[in-house]
Amino acid sequence: MTKKIYFTFDGKKYSGIEGDTLASALIRNGVFVIGRSFKYHRPRGVISAGCEEPNGIVQLETGNITEPNVRATEIELYEGLKAFSQNNWPNVNFDIGSINDLLSRFIPAGFYYKTFMWPKKFWEKYEFFIRKAAGLGKSPTADDPDKYEHFHYHCDLLIIGGGASGLYAAKLAKNSNLKILLIEQNSQLGGEHLSKQNSDKDSPLFKKLEKLNNSSNLKILKNTTVFAYMHSNYLLASQKINKKNLRQVIWKIRAKKVVLATGSIERFLTFNNNDRPGIILANSARKYINYYSNKIGKEIVIFTNNDSAYKTALDFHLKNVIVKAIVDVRKGSDGDLVKKAKELGIKIFFNSAIINTEGRKRINKVFISKLDGNFKKLIGNPEKILCDLLCVSGGWTPNVNLFSQSRGKLVYRESDATFIPNKSFQEEISIGSCNGTFNLDEILEETYDKMKKLLDGFGEKIDEKYKENTEKIFQDKMQHIWIVPTNKNFSKTKMFVDFQNDVTAKDIKLALQEGYKSIEHIKRYTTTGMATDQGKISNINAQGIISDLSGVPINELGTTTFRLPYTPVSFGAMAGRNIKEFFDVERTTPMHQWHINHGAKFEDVGQWKRAWYYPKDNEDMSQAVNREVAATRRGIGILDASTLGKIDIKGKDSSEFLNRVYTNSWSKLAVEKCRYGLMLGDDGMVIDDGVTTRISENHYIMTTTTGGAASVMSKLEDWLQTEWPDLKVYLTSVTEQFATISLNGPFANDLMKKLYPNFDFSKENFPHMSFKAVESDGIVCRIMRISFTGEMCYEINVPSSYAKDLWEKCFKLGKEYNITPYGTEAMHVLRAEKGFIIVGQETDGSVTPIDLDMNWIVSKNKYDFIGKRALSRSDTIKEDRKQLVGILTKDPNEILEEGAQLVESISALPMTMVGHITSSYYSPNLGRSIALALVRGGLKKKGGKLFAPMPKKTIEVKITDPVFIDPSNNRLTA
Amino acid sequence: MHKKPKKYSVFSLIRNAVSYHENWQPVWRSPEPKKEYDAIIIGGGGHGLTTAYYLAKNHGLTNIAVIEKGWIGGGNTGRNTTIIRSNYLWDQSAALYEHALKLWEGMSQELNYNVMFSQRGVMNVAHNLHDVRELKRRWHANRLNDIDCEWLNREQVKEFCPIINTSPNIRYPVMGATLQRRAGTARHDAVAWGYARGADAMGVDIIQNCEVTNINVKNGQVTGIESTKGSINSKRVGVVTAGHTSVIANMVGIRLPLESRPLQALVSEPVKPVIDTVVMSNTIHAYVSQSDKGELVIGAGTDGYTSYSQRGGFNIVEDTINAVVELFPLFSRMKMLRHWGGIVDICPDASPIVSKTHIKGLYFNCGWGTGGFKATPGSGWVFAHTIANDEPHKLNAPFTINRFSSGELVDEHGAAAVAH
Ligand SMILES: Cc1cc2nc3c(=O)[nH]c(=O)nc-3n(C[C@H](O)[C@H](O)[C@H](O)COP(=O)(O)OP(=O)(O)OC[C@H]3O[C@@H](n4cnc5c(N)ncnc54)[C@H](O)[C@@H]3O)c2cc1C
Repeated sequence: MTKKIYFTFDGKKYSGIEGDTLASALIRNGVFVIGRSFKYHRPRGVISAGCEEPNGIVQLETGNITEPNVRATEIELYEGLKAFSQNNWPNVNFDIGSINDLLSRFIPAGFYYKTFMWPKKFWEKYEFFIRKAAGLGKSPTADDPDKYEHFHYHCDLLIIGGGASGLYAAKLAKNSNLKILLIEQNSQLGGEHLSKQNSDKDSPLFKKLEKLNNSSNLKILKNTTVFAYMHSNYLLASQKINKKNLRQVIWKIRAKKVVLATGSIERFLTFNNNDRPGIILANSARKYINYYSNKIGKEIVIFTNNDSAYKTALDFHLKNVIVKAIVDVRKGSDGDLVKKAKELGIKIFFNSAIINTEGRKRINKVFISKLDGNFKKLIGNPEKILCDLLCVSGGWTPNVNLFSQSRGKLVYRESDATFIPNKSFQEEISIGSCNGTFNLDEILEETYDKMKKLLDGFGEKIDEKYKENTEKIFQDKMQHIWIVPTNKNFSKTKMFVDFQNDVTAKDIKLALQEGYKSIEHIKRYTTTGMATDQGKISNINAQGIISDLSGVPINELGTTTFRLPYTPVSFGAMAGRNIKEFFDVERTTPMHQWHINHGAKFEDVGQWKRAWYYPKDNEDMSQAVNREVAATRRGIGILDASTLGKIDIKGKDSSEFLNRVYTNSWSKLAVEKCRYGLMLGDDGMVIDDGVTTRISENHYIMTTTTGGAASVMSKLEDWLQTEWPDLKVYLTSVTEQFATISLNGPFANDLMKKLYPNFDFSKENFPHMSFKAVESDGIVCRIMRISFTGEMCYEINVPSSYAKDLWEKCFKLGKEYNITPYGTEAMHVLRAEKGFIIVGQETDGSVTPIDLDMNWIVSKNKYDFIGKRALSRSDTIKEDRKQLVGILTKDPNEILEEGAQLVESISALPMTMVGHITSSYYSPNLGRSIALALVRGGLKKKGGKLFAPMPKKTIEVKITDPVFIDPSNNRLTA
Repeated sequence: MHKKPKKYSVFSLIRNAVSYHENWQPVWRSPEPKKEYDAIIIGGGGHGLTTAYYLAKNHGLTNIAVIEKGWIGGGNTGRNTTIIRSNYLWDQSAALYEHALKLWEGMSQELNYNVMFSQRGVMNVAHNLHDVRELKRRWHANRLNDIDCEWLNREQVKEFCPIINTSPNIRYPVMGATLQRRAGTARHDAVAWGYARGADAMGVDIIQNCEVTNINVKNGQVTGIESTKGSINSKRVGVVTAGHTSVIANMVGIRLPLESRPLQALVSEPVKPVIDTVVMSNTIHAYVSQSDKGELVIGAGTDGYTSYSQRGGFNIVEDTINAVVELFPLFSRMKMLRHWGGIVDICPDASPIVSKTHIKGLYFNCGWGTGGFKATPGSGWVFAHTIANDEPHKLNAPFTINRFSSGELVDEHGAAAVAH
């Protein structure tokens, strides 16, 4: 006894059996209306049994695990499953929206381009309703509780598809030394074979193939869909796991060879009212009755243009379902299956077509008419036949989606109107029905031959060829018929092509008539093929119809591009673990925990977490910052500067290299000396700055800005590798190898003496802008006397692992100087008081060194440096460029907003802006606010007045020098 | 002369419904190229079509052809994420994009073709102090340039777009945003089709499936083009070929400061309305809006390398999805339906080139890179002016090729730091 599984659909309880999909379970319960179509809200049931399903899509589950637009044909039933129909109100059986069906005459393809334009202001109101009407399911409203993973996999052979050809290919390769991965989108291997009736499944071949199992060199993934075929045989697959802690996995696969065995998809036929619930693809109906043992209909009719649908007739007959008629477009067929049907006495209407159907919520009758010899006209009166299921087959479409994604070229085969693989672009082969090979004996032959060649290429031996005779079934030719003739005015018919988007044959006609002739225009104008099934069933029919109506042969229309993903992939799976705590690495310094312990607030600078300020007791931010700033100028301020980029430069051409990348000259810099440098882009604009130290003759260490470290490093490498390969220079990023402790303030020197009692810290031995390597406790510390605060300052660089100890030692020994940790905010205030720039704040990619009043740093003698030429262009030499100045507000308590714009006079909008505030702070040392700005012609306007017009008030300001403290550098060089 | 197209309206829809839509006219003709035109526009994207439209409409030049190698709108015009805004930092850009925005506001009526310009606002989100400073700078500049722009703090962001994750505990928390309410999105195909219909009605020949293979120049003067449909003469040729501009420039030996790079985008499956604005985050790189059809429209960043293949690396798409899920955790169970790429032409200063050249009668309109859709009508307007008068319009005067030698760059990279 198979296990019963209970589930609900639209709140009503049903039961299915183990192995059912939601679709088969609903059918088992006689539920045929599963959803409503996008535009006309026509009742719809499933028409397939797989991922090509356009109609049977539901909202699965509720709350934070709800998922919209899930294909009922792909959901494996589980206990307690809750599904809901979509796109209807108040319910799927009575849907107000279906009024659109009655009004369909007024809303043809693209109608929205022609209306909703009056009155002009009303578009938003129309749009509100259009939006409400559009969309299918509903987005979840809460966080996803599930997890997703990414796995990487390398293999020799990736076989995609676990049908006859794929399985046989795996078997043939299995005894080789190759590492093989076989991927099947369904929960069971077998592909087409699963649709067969049981007695057919007993074939010895399939018994063998079904036994294929994971082994040392073969891995089989089921429930997994390859959705993208990228360059260099890089493929992506999405696996459904549906376990508590893991919902889906994305496999990132790199394969030496790919075997595409992706099968084919049955086609529909385009006739009037071909969309009623109970009209289904013939082979899918067969799968429901055979594989799912599901009595899908009692009295069936079959409509076909080929032999394959006769299998459905025969199988239904075998299950004692009444096959009332087979309606066959062709004039006849000598196929074996047809013969058999005849023998069984099944009524066959040759050279006929179904021209209409009836039954709103389930089909109840069809109208059959005779066709003329060209299949274009109807002859005589239609005959009515009652039925509750109509199985349709319009032939088969090789599933070339992945082949096409791989950039392989297709060729059109007239005989069965298929596009099949022609020229490969990557290392791949196509076998079986995705290659247009439909008969089992031929498939096996082809698979063997192609696999032999492929394995030969690897120098591997192939397994024995399958020898037993597979039954040869002769199938006669199909007759393609893109539009089934109608006895109605064509413009009044409803012949659906794209079911989900409600695109009909007459919509395509309208598009053509209106001049949308390119296939892409038609697709976009009518939306055919753009629904969630991506036109797996409809695209070829749309092409055929266009060809029929326009007279352009189908192979000259060109196909629309197959785009990834093959089937939709969840965002959660694509994101994998790269969200929340793993969204982006968090870079922290060795002192990070200390900062946390001391109550630091942090600021994100690039990926770094930098201590922003350290509030004490109940201090707010400004109180804390003021305290930190004042303490630095009076005692010692200590800063964790470890985040600054550090690049180790070695090699005999290092000086020359620096000459080229910085504006100033480096050749004469003495060993153990430091120099500040500005780096420009080739447009002459400042892109980075920092101090570089000459450690020995051919060894420098460069510091960059925190945010610029990575990009500077790659720029330098870029120049070295592509422009100056002749220079002997070697770069190593050592940002994380060294931590930097910056000691600032009038007592910095005293603390240094205590830290390194055996070293001479006199001004003479260790002046400003110099370097010493000093040993302490057995560790070599690289100490630079440089300053970003305007105070006497020592920057101690130690290997990161020692930094925290040294940091704590500084506090112990510095207590008497009121050593105070300061964060980036205080650092900004201190440097602004001194008029030092921050690249990226005072500069924005449009600022030259001259604009910064740093003419002194631009060498006039050097032959060249990056950006040199750009500095003498007509615009860069203009005198009234925006230049760096200081700004003081008239009201000393007014702190300007950074980013505020400056004007010379207040006028009506628009106002002419002459610059903007780049930095602005309260300066506790000056007891007032200060700011830096870029102002047009500012250098010549010092003392002048400007205004900052803010939303609620206008602030008057004065232009000043940007150096607010110690212009003569007494403190710095003390 | 071509006869004026029948007007579209509810009434014409009803009237045509009665005749079962059998009487609608073609939106544009499909003529064979003439021997000679007064002007040839290469490239039937939005910018090329608007150029033709305004040449005819504003300058009375109707004997012109738009030559398109594929189907009109099939380039970046039909591949973009349709974000339209004018809140650019620099005066020059702001003026040009604002001119375009004003044209957007009347476009459906002007063209009698509904381009579904939806002013649902564009929000640029700040995630760190640097972002806040830069976005506020832009906000103040926009205000003084009389371009609507507001600053929203975190709470206001949440109120305006409730589904955005404003938790202070995420990796890069939302710290505020600018909002331009007049900004929004439009239906890209409709823009191409609407302008094509309008241009065609004034006599412009739209020639599809015709690739330009060479440009003929004699004594420093353009004389016409070679194409897959033969030679066509004209003394004025405007090149509007986006990602393939350098290919055309190469035909006449001009080297433009352009890089052509893949830019990718994707949509989700359609769902009922869930996000009612456009959210852009440059720092974590997520751009999201929802189309009228219900699909989430998501834009990624450019790939790091140059290429003419309309396909980028999947890692770029992944990064974008990470950011989207980070900012909108509720989208985790939604699914990517369709993905594609375009080739964008990027200038070193991230601003366009709309310019004359040293060859008389040869004009370039390019460099719109990742963000030119919003400029479509404005770009055509000023380019038409440039071609008709052999002089730039005052709005595109700052965007000449010469700025790369003079240094008068309009650097929207560092400044606005927002790509689309
Ligand atoms: C994924 C993506 C997202 C984007 N998102 C936005 C956004 O949100 N907002 C925004 O404002 N912008 C965006 N853009 C940028 C925007 O799409 C473009 O800047 C704009 O559409 C360019 O229009 P165009 O008419 O110049 O180019 P296109 O539309 O590319 O037109 C150029 C045409 O020239 C044709 N052509 C090329 N060579 C030849 C030849 N030899 N002969 C004849 N014809 C030729 C091409 O076939 C093409 O049709 C995005 C771009 C992409 C790719």
